[in-house]
Amino acid sequence: MRTLTYWQAISEATVQCMAADESIFIAGEGVDDIKGTFGTTKEAFARFGPNRVIDVPNSENATAGFAVGAAAGGMRPLLIHTRADFMFLALDPLVNLAAKWRYMYGGDKGGVPVVTRGVVGRGWGQGATHSQSPHATFAHYAGLHVAAPASPADAKGLLVQALTGDTPVVLVENRNLYPLTGEVPAEASGIPFGVGRIARRGGDVTVVATSLMVHEAERAAGQLAERGISVEVVDVRSLRPLDDRIICESVAKTGRLVVADTSWARYGFSAEVAAVVAENIPEALTAPVRRLALPDSPAPVSWPLEEAFHPGAGGIVEACLRLCGQAPGELPALADVAAGFQGPY
Amino acid sequence: MTSGRTRLLRDMVRIRVVEETLADHYRDEQEMRTPTHFSIGQEATAVGVCAATDTRDWVYTAHRSHAPYLAKGGDLKAMVAELYGKQAGCSHGRGGSIHLIDRAAGFAGSAAILGEMIPVAVGTAWAFARGGEARAAVTFFGDGATEEGVFAESLNLAAVRRAPVLFVCENNLYSISSPIGARQPAGPTIRDRAEAAGVTAVQVDGNDVFAVHEAARTALRHCREGSGPYLLELATYRWREHVGPGFDHGDGQGYRPAAETEAWIARCPIVRAADVLREQDPGIDRTVAEWRALFGDEIRGAIAYAKEQPFPDVAALLDGAYQPVPR
Ligand SMILES: Cc1ncc(C[n+]2csc(CCOP(=O)(O)OP(=O)(O)O)c2C)c(N)n1
Repeated sequence: MRTLTYWQAISEATVQCMAADESIFIAGEGVDDIKGTFGTTKEAFARFGPNRVIDVPNSENATAGFAVGAAAGGMRPLLIHTRADFMFLALDPLVNLAAKWRYMYGGDKGGVPVVTRGVVGRGWGQGATHSQSPHATFAHYAGLHVAAPASPADAKGLLVQALTGDTPVVLVENRNLYPLTGEVPAEASGIPFGVGRIARRGGDVTVVATSLMVHEAERAAGQLAERGISVEVVDVRSLRPLDDRIICESVAKTGRLVVADTSWARYGFSAEVAAVVAENIPEALTAPVRRLALPDSPAPVSWPLEEAFHPGAGGIVEACLRLCGQAPGELPALADVAAGFQGPY
Repeated sequence: MTSGRTRLLRDMVRIRVVEETLADHYRDEQEMRTPTHFSIGQEATAVGVCAATDTRDWVYTAHRSHAPYLAKGGDLKAMVAELYGKQAGCSHGRGGSIHLIDRAAGFAGSAAILGEMIPVAVGTAWAFARGGEARAAVTFFGDGATEEGVFAESLNLAAVRRAPVLFVCENNLYSISSPIGARQPAGPTIRDRAEAAGVTAVQVDGNDVFAVHEAARTALRHCREGSGPYLLELATYRWREHVGPGFDHGDGQGYRPAAETEAWIARCPIVRAADVLREQDPGIDRTVAEWRALFGDEIRGAIAYAKEQPFPDVAALLDGAYQPVPR
């Protein structure tokens, strides 16, 4: 199969879906910019022009409400935020309307399939208000689907699924993933929400992760293999619905669980995964659950603090070693990955 | 009056020299790891307005923060140390370029979610007035921020509460790469929208520091007298890229015609102020050259200072997230 980068996979999904369905349009600040939203909207703008790839005013609240109305009227909006932090201004239409539309009008009048892509992730001192990953915020609300693809193939498949379904969807994209390459099918076929995948097979510890942390978990697994610890990496792909089964099957096998996330632990993704295991297979755990998440402060700018703030493979390695009763000690260096946004901004 | 006018020019030259030097270091060293929005070309708005405030008035800004911070008297070394992420920074390396603060100078904070600091200034102004003080709060923002709902809400709130707030819109025609014509309808201006909301408002040439200053004095008098909020729409232009140290016209970025940028550069607020002052002071150019050297030394000293400073202690990562609990 041919390989594409993560951003090319998103671009291809967008263009294929827009070609197949005239009702799809893109709206976002600067989506027509020469840089094309990390490259993801460039080809769509070249092919479909400013009538379908629409640069909107800096009005996240109104744009989200506008999208709800357009969707009610039969259109399929694809909204884009270059920082998911800006989506807090869009929370009311997304949470109080889009998520609830189908249900509160009786369940039989149809949904408003507003699809929102939010870019998240650290890099170059983005700081307190430009590097948050609010996926758990959105995943809290019934009525929304929330996914955080880790691979190019999933970025394509989940976007296709979103653009062909009838449920409002939030897709969280970590910007450090855009240059990542991987095999991507040529056709536009959807990947259903709520179906995780085993990113790496193993028998000693389960690491459940999402988005960028799947890659950090894979790096950690590579290093731990040299210490004789076999790690199974579960990529949930979507946070809501969550694939409880794939998580529980893995933990039932390994007896040990580490959850790795790019956001905070309290009330977050890692809390949810731990709860799923505690509720369903409490007897399976041979050791306490470990959560690798952000320290309880806003994101700092200063780079030594930023380095200390963001969790990565090193923290996963340490957590797994502890669960397996091994001391950290000497370890071979971690394999380098493309992860790590290049400066200057 | 002449000395006051010379001072306005001098403050603009200082900010220009500081920012140009910082931009060079930012580009060449890659050590200021914080997204930075330079105000180069927009100095007259910051200087004209801030010179009309007194230290008891508070100034808030959006992301394009350096010029108002410096114009308001913010500490240069603390700003530069912040850009280098050092503990000696005005936000101790936690906030970066977009989160500057110097309370002693009356610079009350900058923040980068568009429109965020507009209602905050209304609240501060209201608190001042409620305390019976003849003080004003000022908030700087771009044309792009006026598209956020919170702008309209803040105008209304300020008007109905007669808050002594001065809204300063630096209309530089672009929001990143989007021209204002793609974002706002032709016809009603930002000034018109403010006036329709019940806020006294005027448009001023934002590259004429003397005109800006006069307008700001009038506006602040109006606020302090209890006559309610005021808005200045100041026409200006950013010379560099939206974020970062480079120029971006004529390099294929393509969102603004190179000729347009060059025409605005020709309308440099510093050159224009010097042209006016030269009529009375033929030696002004020599004075400007002396200032350039003086402020060049000052900013290089501040950079050297910032580089010597320690980074924050990683063990203190969580400090400041909450008020310390007494033990
Ligand atoms: C709520 C929100 N939406 C989008 C952005 C991204 N953004 C940062 S600066 C900017 C342009 C703002 O233009 P303007 O307000 O005119 O200020 P200027 O940069 O021209 O000084 C945008 C869109 C943001 N920071 N916050």
